[in-house]
Amino acid sequence: MTDATTISGRPAAQGQTTGAIAVKAAVAVIGAALLFAPFLFQDVRAIEVAARICVFIVLVASYDLLIGYTGIVSFAHTMFFGLGAYGVAILSRQMGAGWDAVLLGAAAGIAVSLVLATAIGLLSLRVKAIFFAMITLATASVALVLASQFSQFTGGEDGITYSAPDLFKPATKLLVDEEGDVVRWFGVRLNGKIAAYYFVFLSSLMLFVLMLRLTMSPLGTVLKAIRENEARAEAVGYRVVAYRTFVFCLSAAIAAVAGSVYAVWLRYTGPDTALSFAIMIDILLMVVIGGMGTMWGAVIGAVLLVMAQYYLRDLMSAASEAVGALPLLPELLNPDRWLLWLGIVFILLVYFFPRGIAGTIMARGARR
Amino acid sequence: MGNVLDRAGGVNLLPLAVAALAFVLIGAPSSWVTLTVAGLAMGMMVFLMASGLSLVFGLMDVLNFGHSAFVSFGAFIAATVLAALGGWLSAGAGMAALALALALVAAMLFGLIAGWFFETVIVRPVYRDHLRQILITMGALIVAEQLILAIWGGTPVSVPRPAFLEGAWIIGDVSVEIYRAFAFALGLVVFAALYAVLNRTRLGLLIRAGVENREMVQALGFRIDRLFIGVFMAGSALAALGGAMWAGYETLITPALGAEMMIVVFIVVIIGGLGSIEGTLLGALLVGLTANYVGFLAPKLALASNMLLMVAILLWRPSGLRPAVK
Repeated sequence: MTDATTISGRPAAQGQTTGAIAVKAAVAVIGAALLFAPFLFQDVRAIEVAARICVFIVLVASYDLLIGYTGIVSFAHTMFFGLGAYGVAILSRQMGAGWDAVLLGAAAGIAVSLVLATAIGLLSLRVKAIFFAMITLATASVALVLASQFSQFTGGEDGITYSAPDLFKPATKLLVDEEGDVVRWFGVRLNGKIAAYYFVFLSSLMLFVLMLRLTMSPLGTVLKAIRENEARAEAVGYRVVAYRTFVFCLSAAIAAVAGSVYAVWLRYTGPDTALSFAIMIDILLMVVIGGMGTMWGAVIGAVLLVMAQYYLRDLMSAASEAVGALPLLPELLNPDRWLLWLGIVFILLVYFFPRGIAGTIMARGARR
Repeated sequence: MGNVLDRAGGVNLLPLAVAALAFVLIGAPSSWVTLTVAGLAMGMMVFLMASGLSLVFGLMDVLNFGHSAFVSFGAFIAATVLAALGGWLSAGAGMAALALALALVAAMLFGLIAGWFFETVIVRPVYRDHLRQILITMGALIVAEQLILAIWGGTPVSVPRPAFLEGAWIIGDVSVEIYRAFAFALGLVVFAALYAVLNRTRLGLLIRAGVENREMVQALGFRIDRLFIGVFMAGSALAALGGAMWAGYETLITPALGAEMMIVVFIVVIIGGLGSIEGTLLGALLVGLTANYVGFLAPKLALASNMLLMVAILLWRPSGLRPAVK
């Protein structure tokens, strides 16, 4: 980590720059949009997108704690996400829908994540960053294989379908008028779907604020010190391995909670939604595109990428049809190839804007 | 005790120990021989894929997460060449051998060119910055995988084999697949060649010196950057060759091949110790043998076995079995 200083700037340290204000304003707008999402965008797909954005903001922010604040590159983050999701899924199926299943499942997911994270951390956080990356990659792939092998518990490739607690069922009426019909606010029926969305939104908000608070605490400063110069942090008297392991466990636990929340929302858990390597790549893209080492970057990255996932494909299929007569080009513009273009954008960003969108904008004001 | 073991070869005896243990556990000599040959063949192919990665890391402290892209491209290019020359494969041993050679050469040629491109465009700007290296090579891997999907599509591609490599030799009640023996022999030849170049030539002397102390070699006036790009290209070509051989071994390949092999390759270089080809060979053989034995003894554990092996070895020797001096 010799050149880690070039990766992430020192946001907020120099006080408020114009760029920082712009970024925070953008995040506030996003937050407001998410808060009123069910009322602003009244179709099924939009609310799916909004919930996914909420969960991924938490997931990406917890990953940012690792990569941006501490300089640890882990490829096992989806594994922890998946542990939380599978905990809720397995128990919801075994015990039937209910809050006890959700809480117990989430607790089990968090516990397993913590044990695994502690083991991996103590075993391999002493070694070079590169070893750690390789070891987490290997662990995550084994977890993926195990999930598909033990299909009697995990449903294998098909995953598990189950029902959420009664409160979140679309048939649940939150408020009823005199005739017993569901009350509508601004044309939106106040049913279980809304309750589920606000459950996702509020838990994500809580976790995000918790992490934000953490990065501004003395602990956050120690983490940045470790990232900038490990040897010096050690020499000053901080136990680097202990701090690293702690952060690794913390971000694993938060990822597991995010997984549980997402499992409650989706009412389905399978390798594609919770465990696959594709999600890890998404997280990586989000954190780098948004900007490492700034919690705000996680918000921006998650919003941009989830939107791209859902809406860029439509655009690309239109483009693909438009160039249908040319060789290879339609193949490259095929909506399934959107990752190709994102990958290229990703490489260019790492070259030219290593601080990502948020980091670059925040630094802009500082020069004045 | 320790002294005797060291004189007999130390950690180099590990594959033998694993094989002996498996012999006891399996019980049936004929299946043991079959599994051992399969394990050695797999180990040799993985060695081809991993040796470049290990050397590149040792020489320049660069870890290429996109290395597996060369493996999958090698596999798909060899498959395409073999399919295009389908007529030659059935036209007698000479023509079939020529077709196979052309396929392997095409894969290696691609590896050389892609390696040069990768080194100059992707890796060079981020020397000595591990975080960005991991990110950028990962990005390159994503792009490469998507390119494979765009060119060859998502459906499995079948790989025709030359007729003279089909079938098996039957010796008593032991059957040895010819392709496995061929893969093992080819791997052995490559290892011998690499070993000779590294230990008997001036070029190899420079590479080994560079692994041990890059700055000193530079200070003595050698162009380590040229050396490095050469090693990078050769390593990529070997990875493509390994991929091509693996394609023939599997006979049905999917674009997921690269990602699957990447995990194995990583485990091998971690076990072997980064920077030495002897270590890589040792790690590859261990992984190949364990994977096959465990696959026979406890199929459910097969994929986790590599991981357990890695954990066990890292606990015992945190920097791998035979790391280069660093």
